[in-house]
Amino acid sequence: MVDVPYEATVDVPPAEVPEVELYHPKSWWTQYVFSQDAKVIAIQYSLTATAIGLVALVLSWMMRLQLGFPGTFSFIDASQYLQFITMHGMIMVIYLLTALFLGGFGNYLIPLMVGARDMVFPYVNMLSYWVYLLAVIVLASTFFVPGGPTGAGWTLYPPQAILSGTPGQDWGIILMLSSLILFIIGFTMGGLNYVVTVLQARTRGMTLMRLPLTVWGIFTATIMALLAFPALFVASVMMLFDRLLGTSFFMPALVEMGQQMKYGGGSPILFQHLFWFFGHPEVYIVALPAFGIVSDLISTHARKNIFGYRMMVWAIVAIGALSFIVWAHHMYVSGMHPTFGFFFATTTLIIAIPTAIKVYNWVLTLWRGDIHLTVPMLFALGFIITFVNGGLTGLFLGNVVVDVPLSDTMFVVAHFHMVMGVAPIMVVLGAIYHWYPKVTGRMLDDWMGKFHFWVTFLGAYLIFFPMHYLGLLGVPRRYHEIGEAAFITPSVHTLNAFMSVVALIVGLAQIVFLFNLVWSYFKGRPSGGNPWRATTLEWQTPETPPGHGNWGKELPVVYRWAYDYSVPGAKEDFIPQNQPPARRALQGATP
Amino acid sequence: MIVAIILLLVAVGSVLFHIYSPWWWTPIATNWRYIDDTINITFWITGAVFFAVIAFMAYCVFRFHHKEGRQAHYNPENKKLEWWLSIGTAVGVGAMLAPGLFVWHQFVTVPANAAEIEVMGQQWQWSFRLPGKDGRMGTTDVRHVSAENPMGLNRDDPHGQDDVVIESGEMHLPVGKPVKVLLRSVDVLHDFYVPEFRAKMDMVPGMVTYFWMTPIRTGTFDVLCAELCGAAHAQMRAKVIVEEEAEYQAWLEQQKTFAELSGRSAVTRATYRSGGK
Amino acid sequence: MSAIVLFMAVIAVIVGWWLSQQRLTAKPWLEEGSIDDFPGTGAMTVPAAKLGLGVFLAVATSLFALFISAYSMRMDMVDWRALPVPALLWFNTGVLVLSSVAMQWAYVSVQRNNMDGVIVGICAGGASAIIFLIGQLLAWRQLSAAGYFVASNPANSFFYMITAVHGLHLMGGLAALGRTTAKVWRGAEMPQLRLSVELCVIYWHFLLLVWLVVLGLLTGWTDDFVNICRRLLS
Repeated sequence: MVDVPYEATVDVPPAEVPEVELYHPKSWWTQYVFSQDAKVIAIQYSLTATAIGLVALVLSWMMRLQLGFPGTFSFIDASQYLQFITMHGMIMVIYLLTALFLGGFGNYLIPLMVGARDMVFPYVNMLSYWVYLLAVIVLASTFFVPGGPTGAGWTLYPPQAILSGTPGQDWGIILMLSSLILFIIGFTMGGLNYVVTVLQARTRGMTLMRLPLTVWGIFTATIMALLAFPALFVASVMMLFDRLLGTSFFMPALVEMGQQMKYGGGSPILFQHLFWFFGHPEVYIVALPAFGIVSDLISTHARKNIFGYRMMVWAIVAIGALSFIVWAHHMYVSGMHPTFGFFFATTTLIIAIPTAIKVYNWVLTLWRGDIHLTVPMLFALGFIITFVNGGLTGLFLGNVVVDVPLSDTMFVVAHFHMVMGVAPIMVVLGAIYHWYPKVTGRMLDDWMGKFHFWVTFLGAYLIFFPMHYLGLLGVPRRYHEIGEAAFITPSVHTLNAFMSVVALIVGLAQIVFLFNLVWSYFKGRPSGGNPWRATTLEWQTPETPPGHGNWGKELPVVYRWAYDYSVPGAKEDFIPQNQPPARRALQGATP
Repeated sequence: MIVAIILLLVAVGSVLFHIYSPWWWTPIATNWRYIDDTINITFWITGAVFFAVIAFMAYCVFRFHHKEGRQAHYNPENKKLEWWLSIGTAVGVGAMLAPGLFVWHQFVTVPANAAEIEVMGQQWQWSFRLPGKDGRMGTTDVRHVSAENPMGLNRDDPHGQDDVVIESGEMHLPVGKPVKVLLRSVDVLHDFYVPEFRAKMDMVPGMVTYFWMTPIRTGTFDVLCAELCGAAHAQMRAKVIVEEEAEYQAWLEQQKTFAELSGRSAVTRATYRSGGK
Repeated sequence: MSAIVLFMAVIAVIVGWWLSQQRLTAKPWLEEGSIDDFPGTGAMTVPAAKLGLGVFLAVATSLFALFISAYSMRMDMVDWRALPVPALLWFNTGVLVLSSVAMQWAYVSVQRNNMDGVIVGICAGGASAIIFLIGQLLAWRQLSAAGYFVASNPANSFFYMITAVHGLHLMGGLAALGRTTAKVWRGAEMPQLRLSVELCVIYWHFLLLVWLVVLGLLTGWTDDFVNICRRLLS
């Protein structure tokens, strides 16, 4: 296949598509605030997401304080507890993780990794951020409106979400739905950019099979998000109609606090179908970028190509496709027709196979590698453990009859925190340690990083692993206190108190991380352009941090895949993607 | 080295925690032992995979961490290995799915001799209803709900007059007899949840859902609500008492029917109307 | 959920077909050095804006398919009372068809470098789209005057909601058309105009198609069609 020696490939034939004129900022405002540079937008997205994420972190403390020491804190009552869980969940899933992976990492990494100067629609990209910011502000404003934020749970199930038995049924729910609608509009603008940039602005030689898995993950997740978010949009609009105009899309005839309501005939299950048609792909919208990024972290820091790259790509595509036909596994006990259970349990468990392949390939990449236990690598290892744990408990909940006793218990809470809370956050943190040098030109402090990792990883594991067993015992979720029940032993309270203390410690450890971010920005060790000696294009920019337009005069040309680490016979243990082949390489490989 | 040991400790610790955990499912009180068995199968398979993956990873970290002069092995892929792993996974998944679907089939197939009872949820309390002497429950509608008729029974339905209505929050069941639990709500979603029964199902306003079970041991069990239903969700409690047939009948004797509860006039009216037809 | 699942299947086929052209089974580590060796595997040469519009149409179709899914699920409930279709809707439909025809005219003219034709086409297209929107508003007023309010029946609710969403999409299209018109106004050259006009035309046809499907749904034709299909299959 590669028997032709490439000698003169440095002469690159001219490109077919001429380059598009780059937008140039004229003032400080258009350079840093209303910027159209994807890198600035990425940082704006990341900072906003982190800020609102910290609010959600504080909310989780409140919840843990209440659960660990019920009755001790007079400022938390049942209604507030419900408001806290709702806002915590919604913020973490949508406004933090989705925004950070796609708006943050997507914006920063896609143009750099595919060798583009910027996103293809920079103006729309800028709008995307500002609409997102507006959505976040509307969401945060619910803390200050009369009645407070909605306490309907992040799933916002009607009829409860818009009835008076639930806190925040006035402004809270209306603003929440409005904020979601804004978020979706903003995301769609960004998402168009990410998809079209990958399709249309890849540099010369960057075929799909040479894309780093990070781009594959973000790209697939974006396509899924573009197709799935409309379901949330439709559900939100319909619920707003029900709440504001008195329609009965989701509202059956009902009696509220002894009062006959005007609603009639609607179906609460219809909402659940729409919600989970978005909600399940959403899990993978968060997971796939994490899968992609962690593959690159492992490969780079183990100095070894990702094992089974093709399988990894196929698995991403397969997971993306399958995730659209598993949504009703969230509804096994919802009262939908029981025969659906057979179908959805089967599809759900099938999705475990490509996911398992990914896990195998990550650990097989470590096999006979040259593992540098850097902070990003540690986070990647932490990800594998938490993801394997959370993924395997998913097999319990996906298997319809096993789900029956476990649904709506703390087992579910533990499962999804492990698999789409802790695991993706591990990747986010690892990725920040990995790419911070590219963004700022300085390394994050290693000692603080290691401290941060061990406290965060072990702490999170200590919180969520035992939590499964509370669920197994039968402790239901969304209870501000368990109260009296025969099956609740005193040891349950002890365990709850323990988890709460650990949660406080893990939360506090994040302060070290934030301090590290700020401190290293000024005092960190200068990193140079490619501190990890990585192959992908973002490390090959002429400047660090990359300037506007990323690549100086000439766009890079790609000659190889993203994983040429430790190639036999090569001088160094990595060959950048844009390095032309000197002579015939690849002695060891068999076609 | 230390990293590898900690990783291994996480795997070993998880397994030990599982074995010695004082938190484990409540002693089962219905025929759904198969569900517990399926969970056990799943624990065995997933536990083995979990331990194998983490231990392998820890070994890799121990054996291949960076040392001066180490070079990583160049190995883009190994089709055969990947296929075997996929097939192995598929077999494992099948081993969990097959019993799961088998038990689900039982779960959704209600035996013909199951006695019907009805549980109704509302913010934030439970009510129960049993068919009367005629063995049939009368129709209901949310629109009939009022202070005197909290379960919304149809006053004009003759089948409903002798229905036993229980609002004390304490339900009794005879041991050893299959029951089909019909679930209904008049306001928001609830979920009739008794941990010892294993079975549960949401109650959805506007429709009737159900599950079935056979209580296999006597005792008093706590009823909780497992679907978020508003501010007092956690306080929505009741009790189910499973007892021997004789005690059950004695209890049943003391319960009031719908007609008795809603007063003479309603009964007369109902009789008059049904007689008129 | 059958409408949306069907749509997802279509998307899956398109994506699958495209991916099958991208040499996804190649072993990239063996292909060191090649650039441009495999035509069609590089970046797409379609203009970014056109590709962007294509992706956006997929998103919009997903949105409408979900509305239709919700509609068909809610329709099965007992309280559904179909809505009388105001005669005005037929007129509106005609206007929207005219609008699309005019836009097509603009497109043909742009291909033939006929600036007058372009101006006539987009002005007529824009004007008739505005008439369509006004007509929709009138249809709303007629319905509510006849006592068919938003909340009185789910069929009404869906009618108002879906027509509103469709109208909003059309207004977005008008904004884009306005920008194109402004370009013509400022005396832009034909090559600069070509893409803008083409994108507007594609979007117009898309919205016409959506409207026809929605109309079919509201008048109940779709039900008959589905029933016939079912009968043919069984």
